[in-house]
This record gives sequence, C-alpha cells and structure tokens, in this order.
Amino acid sequence: MKRPVGIVGVGQTHHKSKNTDCNGQELISIAVKRALENAELTMADIDAIVIGNMDHFESINYVDMWSVDGSGGFMKPIMKVTTGGTTGSAIGHAGFYHAASGLFDTVLVIGWEQNSESDTTAAISTCFDPITEREYSAGAIGPLAAQYIAYMSKYGATEEDAALVSVRDHNNAALYNDYAHLRQVIKVEDVMKSAYISYPIKLLDICPRTDGACAVIFASERKAKKITKRPAWILGVGDCHILVHLADGIGLASLPSLEIAARQAYEMAGITDPFNQIDVAELYIPASTAGVAWMEALKLCEEGGGPRLVRSGVTNMGGKLPVNPSGGVLATNPIGATGLLRIGEAALQVMGKAGKKQVAGAQVAVATGFGGCFWSDVTVLSSLSRLD
Amino acid sequence: MEQGKEDLKPLSVAYIADMTYKYHAGHYYSRFLRELRDNRLIAGVKCPKCGKVYVPPRIVCRDCFVRMEEFVPVSQEGTLLAFTVTNFHYIDTTTGEPKKIPFTTAFIKLDGADSNIVHRLDETDEKKIKAGMRLRAVFSNNRTGDYFHDIDHFSIVKDM
Repeated sequence: MKRPVGIVGVGQTHHKSKNTDCNGQELISIAVKRALENAELTMADIDAIVIGNMDHFESINYVDMWSVDGSGGFMKPIMKVTTGGTTGSAIGHAGFYHAASGLFDTVLVIGWEQNSESDTTAAISTCFDPITEREYSAGAIGPLAAQYIAYMSKYGATEEDAALVSVRDHNNAALYNDYAHLRQVIKVEDVMKSAYISYPIKLLDICPRTDGACAVIFASERKAKKITKRPAWILGVGDCHILVHLADGIGLASLPSLEIAARQAYEMAGITDPFNQIDVAELYIPASTAGVAWMEALKLCEEGGGPRLVRSGVTNMGGKLPVNPSGGVLATNPIGATGLLRIGEAALQVMGKAGKKQVAGAQVAVATGFGGCFWSDVTVLSSLSRLD
Repeated sequence: MEQGKEDLKPLSVAYIADMTYKYHAGHYYSRFLRELRDNRLIAGVKCPKCGKVYVPPRIVCRDCFVRMEEFVPVSQEGTLLAFTVTNFHYIDTTTGEPKKIPFTTAFIKLDGADSNIVHRLDETDEKKIKAGMRLRAVFSNNRTGDYFHDIDHFSIVKDM
C-alpha cells in the first residue's frame, strides 16, 4: 500500500532562449536553491535525488554523476530517468514513487536542459527508427503537424482553432509568468500570419527551445505536514508508453496514450467528472494544435469537441477551467524540465502559491507530460488529501 | 587573477562529435530490405493470433505479444493518412549535413497492411495534398538495401 505523498517546494530558473551566463550544473543549482527556499528546507533534509534531461542534447552521459555540483547530491542516492519529452513528468512520477514507497521521506526532483547547446531537432530525430523512420521524421514538429491534419479532416477543426490556443498560452505567459521564456502578447492574426514551418504548424504554433531548470520537492505525508500547512497532495498518476513505430501513432486523430494515462490517474484520484472536478490544468501542449486535438483524451470535452471547448473561452484565465496559467510549453520549453514544470506549476496552484498566475480557489489540478512516440503521463494534485 | 571581474562575458567551448554508427538490421528488417532490393516487393509479417499484418515487419505483435513468422507481400499502393511539409532548417542525423528542405513526410497505410509506414511524398505544395489520397511507391532502378533509397518516394495516384 502506497504512502500519501505531497509536494512541498517548487523552484525554477528564469527561462530564456540562450543561457550563456552559466553552465548546466550552475543552472541546476539555481532551481535547487529556489525549491529548497520555497520549502524552507536545506540540502541536509533531502534523502534522495531524481534527475532527468535529454542526455543527447548536451552530449553528457552520466548526468546523475556530472550534475552533483549543482544538484547537491554529494553522498546521496541519485537516480537518472530519461524518457524523451516525458522526462519531466517521468521524474516527477519517479520522485512520487520514491516517497510513496516508504524508503525515502524527502525527495528532490530536478529537470533541466540547455537546449541552446546543440541542434535539438537533429538530436530528437535520433529517437526514430534509424532504418525505417528517421530520414523523414523532422524531430517532434513533423509528427505533430501530421496529426493535426488527421484531426482537422476528421472533425472539421481549423488552423484558427489552434491559433486560439497559441494566443491563450502566449498571453498567459506574457501577463502572469515572470519566469517564462517567451513573454509576448499576440493576436490570432499574428499566429495566422506567421510562416509555416511544418504545415499546418506555423512559427507561433510551436514551442520554443529553452534553457532552464526546475526542481520540485516531494515528501511523505508525515514530513509534508511538518514542512507546510498546505502541501500539494499527489492523488493520482498515470503513465502510458504505447507505441514503438512512430507511423502507427499518426493518422489517429486523438492521443490514445493520454486517454489511458488520464483514465489511470483519474481512477486513482477518484475523479469521475474531470471537467467539473478539475479547477486548473497545466498541460504539456507542445504545439497549439495539440491544445485542440487532445482535450477529448483528457475527457474535458466530447470526441471531436476540442474546437468548441477552445472557442468557448472556458480554458482562458477567468474561465471555468483555465489551462496553462503559466503559459505552458508554447512559452517555455527546457525539455527535460518541461513536464516537471507542469507538475510544479499545478502544485503551486493548489498550494495557493502561484502568485499572479493563481486561479482563485484552485483545489484540484491536473498536469500532463508528452513525448517520445506519442507517450503520455498524467498527474492529479490537490490541496485536499482525498476527494470524496 | 580576475577577482572582481565577474561581469565579463562567459565563454563557450565547441565540441564536435563525429561518430559513426552501424545499425544491425536484424532478421526482420534484413528480409524487408532484401525483398525491396531484389524483388521490388514490400514485405509485411502476419500475427498468427490476430491476423494483423505489420509493415515494416517486426518480431512481435504489439497487441498479442506473440512471435510472428509468416512474411506476406503487401500492395505498393496505399492511402495517405497524414502528412506535413517540413520547411525549417535542421541537421540530417543520417548524414550530419543540413537537411534539404522543403520535403513532405507522408504517413501511409498500404493496402493489405494493418500498420502504417513513413516515407517522402514528391509534392511539396500543401494545397495539392489531402489526407485520404491514394499514393503509389516509386522504386529506384539502382537498389542497395536501403528503405529510403530503394523506394525513392511515393507519388499521388492521378488516375482516380
């Protein structure tokens, strides 16, 4: 039987496109220091560390070892977890598993990336089969673009629907998130006028490449209650790594792995009516198109209902279910940290510590991770230790 | 030493990793590549339990997790499920050179197959491409046992 686990501290760097001010270890140390300050803990309180990134982006093997100067992991157990785009959410779940197992009370989880150190599309493309897929699979963008073609032709969604998601997320980052990488207020016509980089995805539809780090501290129930009055309890997790061959995931208009991961996480958390029970969502939306096409997989709308949901404005700040108050992935994307930022931002929301981004009265939040060959992770967090 | 000069611009150090890999194709891909090269056939493999045909062939059925042994040819024509026209610069990881753009990636379900393949479509004007179109494989005359060379590309079937 698992032990209850809560998040007690979140820290992140000020994200930017090219961080030449510090090296990877120094970047990590900034996020770690801020997470410890946020939880009012010191390194001595940390029992174990989980760290992750896209290790071929920086071409550093054994990141668990190399990062010790920044992570504070000297003479502590450290585990590296790397699962592509889902790395950030997978390390969050691994931190949860550590604390839930009863073997560790306080676990520091670190996601980081210095994207600007290499050609990330080339690096990502190495995840595709070298013999039958890699040649014409352009990083993450090509498959996402192809998927929205399938969604548009099946459900009549439009490029303007995706532009609404882009506007929402960019503007949230600009208005509410001092840590975000891209902070520009944009309009639908700006998105529509931006150049196609991979039809139907345009420049303002796609996530940037970001240098940045995030650290989140998970604690067992006993410890968490001592550390803070209002931890973010992890009520449910779901992970689904579904496909090996990339092409098999394309042409499916939705994202089956997200549907399965969400079902697992909702069931564990006791969520039966996601749209009405969830107060705020921090979703790994790597392209605005996914912000339309994947909503049904999270059961936030009916099949094919993404366009209606986005057009209605309910996912905007002030709406019934704000999505990505932080600006999400379209504004900030240090890949190894991206999924952990979703968990961290969702935790800050239910802890009531989200500052300008705060959704008033948020008690239940959902965070997602996406990557690899259309893989998904889902996390449900709450200020309540159980939903009845 | 430079004490008190921390405001000086930090340095970056270049690292060029020129590494050569040779991927072992294994039993299933080797057979697939030989059929392309020697017989201009696209080979799939059939699950003995559920009957699904996978292209490219692979060892186990993803649903049944049983070993597949029966190779079957599939059609050289199929349906375009989805596509994208890539038009941004990046390094081609198969050569280390800048990728020639634009190019169109096509996700195709070949007739007789239950899984999909990825290949290049020789049309880069997105207005002329629609999901659901019929495509046909165009083979190279000089075939070498390389999937992306022996099938040079796919073309839209015009006589529909």
